[in-house]
Amino acid sequence: MTMPTTASGNRGLQLEQGLIFELNTPGMTAVDLPTAPKVTERLGDMKNSQAIGLPGLSEPDVVRHYTRLSQKNYSIDSGFYPLGSCTMKHNPRLNEKMARLPGFADIHPFQPVSTVLGALELIDTCAAWLKDLTGMAAVAMSPAAGAHGELCGLMCIKSAHEANGQSHRKTILVPESAHGTNPATAALCGYAVEAIPANAEGRVDVAALKAHLRPEIAAVMITNPNTCGLFERDCIDIAKAVHDAGAYFYMDGANYNAIVGRLRIADLGVDAMHINLHKTFSTPHGGGGPGAGPTVLSAKLAPFAPVPMVVKVGERYDAEEHAGFGAAKQSYGRMKGYHGQFGVFVRAVSYMMAMGIDGLRQASGDAVLNANYLLARLSEELTPAFDGPCMHEAVFDDRFLKGTGVTTLDIAKALIDEGVHPPTMYFPLVVHGALLMEPTETESKATLDGFIESLLHLARKAKSGTAEADFKAAPMYSPRRRLDETKAARKPILRWLPPADGNGAKQAAE
Amino acid sequence: MRYLPLSDTNRREMLGAIGAASVDELFRDLPKAALASAKFALPNTASEIEVERALSTMAAKNLNCGAAPSFLGAGNYRHHTPASMDYLIQRGEFLTAYTPYQPEISQGTLQAIFEFQTQVALITGMEIANASMYDGATACAEAVAMACRVTKRSQALVSGNVHPHYRDTTATTMKFLDVGVECLAPDPYGVEDLIGRITDEYACVVVQTPGFFGHLKDYTALADACHKAGALLVVCVTEPVSLGLITPPGRIGADIVVGEGQSLAGPMSFGGPGVGLFATREKFLRQMPGRLCGETTDEDGRRGWVLTLSTREQHIRREKATSNICTNSGLIALAFSTHMTLLGEAGFTRLAQLNHAMAVTLADKVETLPGVKLLPNAFFNEFTLALPNAAAGVVEELAKRKILGGVPVSRFYPTYPELANLLLLTATETNTAADIYALVAALKEVLS
Repeated sequence: MTMPTTASGNRGLQLEQGLIFELNTPGMTAVDLPTAPKVTERLGDMKNSQAIGLPGLSEPDVVRHYTRLSQKNYSIDSGFYPLGSCTMKHNPRLNEKMARLPGFADIHPFQPVSTVLGALELIDTCAAWLKDLTGMAAVAMSPAAGAHGELCGLMCIKSAHEANGQSHRKTILVPESAHGTNPATAALCGYAVEAIPANAEGRVDVAALKAHLRPEIAAVMITNPNTCGLFERDCIDIAKAVHDAGAYFYMDGANYNAIVGRLRIADLGVDAMHINLHKTFSTPHGGGGPGAGPTVLSAKLAPFAPVPMVVKVGERYDAEEHAGFGAAKQSYGRMKGYHGQFGVFVRAVSYMMAMGIDGLRQASGDAVLNANYLLARLSEELTPAFDGPCMHEAVFDDRFLKGTGVTTLDIAKALIDEGVHPPTMYFPLVVHGALLMEPTETESKATLDGFIESLLHLARKAKSGTAEADFKAAPMYSPRRRLDETKAARKPILRWLPPADGNGAKQAAE
Repeated sequence: MRYLPLSDTNRREMLGAIGAASVDELFRDLPKAALASAKFALPNTASEIEVERALSTMAAKNLNCGAAPSFLGAGNYRHHTPASMDYLIQRGEFLTAYTPYQPEISQGTLQAIFEFQTQVALITGMEIANASMYDGATACAEAVAMACRVTKRSQALVSGNVHPHYRDTTATTMKFLDVGVECLAPDPYGVEDLIGRITDEYACVVVQTPGFFGHLKDYTALADACHKAGALLVVCVTEPVSLGLITPPGRIGADIVVGEGQSLAGPMSFGGPGVGLFATREKFLRQMPGRLCGETTDEDGRRGWVLTLSTREQHIRREKATSNICTNSGLIALAFSTHMTLLGEAGFTRLAQLNHAMAVTLADKVETLPGVKLLPNAFFNEFTLALPNAAAGVVEELAKRKILGGVPVSRFYPTYPELANLLLLTATETNTAADIYALVAALKEVLS
């Protein structure tokens, strides 16, 4: 399809925007500062004598720059974002407002404790909710994100094994359907990884798992509900076998949104689980973070939790900031600066209070209902990878595209033209050409129906055998069409450089 | 419940389409005993006004730094946040987007990351930078892990002038990988000899500039010594505003520069979330952790951006990845980048000069107090004072007078009695001359 070109490159509301470095007016600034008092500098011989190379822009130009950039993004605020594994639910603005209260935003991590008792109370409130929801003995609040929480759990496990004379346990079992962070975390904690196969119905092959259990196994990491959108029915049996073998049961809580408020994971025999506050508890993803990954721990692992920890001395809050002291006597140490992702805790508490336990239970119910509705309605044309009911995610394979020349990627790109964010593609790896959809509870039936109509239409169009070229050309209507990822990786250009240094960009060596 | 759009009618219709009698039936794979035993002691849903009331009450129990003269630093700095920065990062298209995995509809986030990577490379004086880490402390640990991969060695030497949280985080992370991290004793006088300790066993030497105790030092000779021994020099920066005035680490020979971007990225928020900065030399590109955004073209030949070189990352390489990091600090990186763009070269250097001028003004006054000694000769916006009494008590006394008068070093090193009298003081553009007079007057009173 040929579109008429414009002189500017703009297309109506789709406005082109150069890099800030290309908008440079030397000497310009958008920040006026008070005049500095006259002093004799005390910089020794470290005063910089050279220019840095930052561009100068005025305030209106900066506001326009980022406004235009923002308009090139898809977001939950603008539409349906059924990205599996990511729990793209509505982000209430109340949470943002609360995080910006001066008593939360404008406090320093090393103020005297007597001046930040409200902050410690906030952390303790967040911890209390997480402990009650999961039934677990303790929660480590410092992990910065899900993968960091996994690391926290495994560090506790390794410390516990060492304390119990079990240092020979050097291997972690991870199902092959797991997120990549699980094996990567195990490796970062100094463990070897063995993969456990899935069975035909999309769950852990329990017999295979039991066959792998032996004295070298330190722990098993299982995502539950798993990445195929299914609850691991045998998890209590698995936990027992794991414990009998002297190992620990780490549950990956990435999919906790499906079960929050319905059961307590302590009753499943779990020893550790991270909770992505940026998923289940609605703190915004922000284009890639920040998140927070508090990690709940069983009584056996609790003594090894990282510092800092909020403690209570009588009725007064305090912070234990040093491993080897007080409540942190056996702590394995510190894994992050300061007091964890405090601003994210505020947002999560704001959400939890707003929802309440009844609201959270309704949320997991609606999340699962929405996913099963997609599974049922889309099965008309698509091929579900597993039998239902599913939990909060529905996964389809690409059998419905067989012989059409159209791929999962093409369907995803065509969905962009339909105005929705594509589901997760080609994950989990155990499902061929997977489309993993997570609608979340914050979508209306009308939104789901619109998505279903679009996707059924695309499936029929693909099967018609006449539209392959249309699919390969998609997306047509987004700010950019398909981007050349091979080119980006072959000759990486990772920063802007002034034109004199070579065509305006730096080409990194292979 | 205002966040849930389904009506009961919708739910009934949807259950009909599914062929299930109830929502509970959809949970039939969950163990019955666990469902039955689940009892919670939590409150039910609350209105917006009730949540605001509860959280405002909690927030009011804190003494916020805007309500008192505040001189706190130690890795976390209070700076002015331009109004347009906070507005821009709250645009829903930035705030409520995910990681830019579908580049055609994520060009805004991707271009902003590309600009961020360039800004970080420019201010650190390095060739390339990634899309961010969790914070400065975890970035430091990642730098040591990367140095071990590059050099195929498993020992690291960490200066006593590095932030204690960076030291602890690095030592903790590395002990699980059987990497020996030798943290030298805290060095408030800036006298430690690093060059004399370097051997060909070390993967890297880690220093900080400005140092934790405030010292500005030229590490050029150390960089040379590291390189002669086949080790890398890792430089931490906890106050990036300093890079508007002092020689960037890249120019003195750093191989990896890590830092905390919080001071340019909005409120302190009790220390988190921050944004980890990570920059290095191009030749180490393949060993870098974290996401990278790169330039390319689309099908119509137009310039665009994508996440690239992901064969280093966990979702492709699994246990062989360079790190397990997935979610990073995207929005805080955007805040950092927006602020840097607002400042520009002129604003950034002026901001740094103003910070230094305020700190010198403060130093000129406090070093004349009886029994007080200023430790660093050269500093940026923070320095260590040796007081005649224990600093923790002094800070408590100042807090009673509603002055947040610095951070006692004993907060980090409680088992070092020789550090008990040391106080870290910071001044930034947010301090006024009146703040400084108030602190000096109160200090005079407390110390006498």
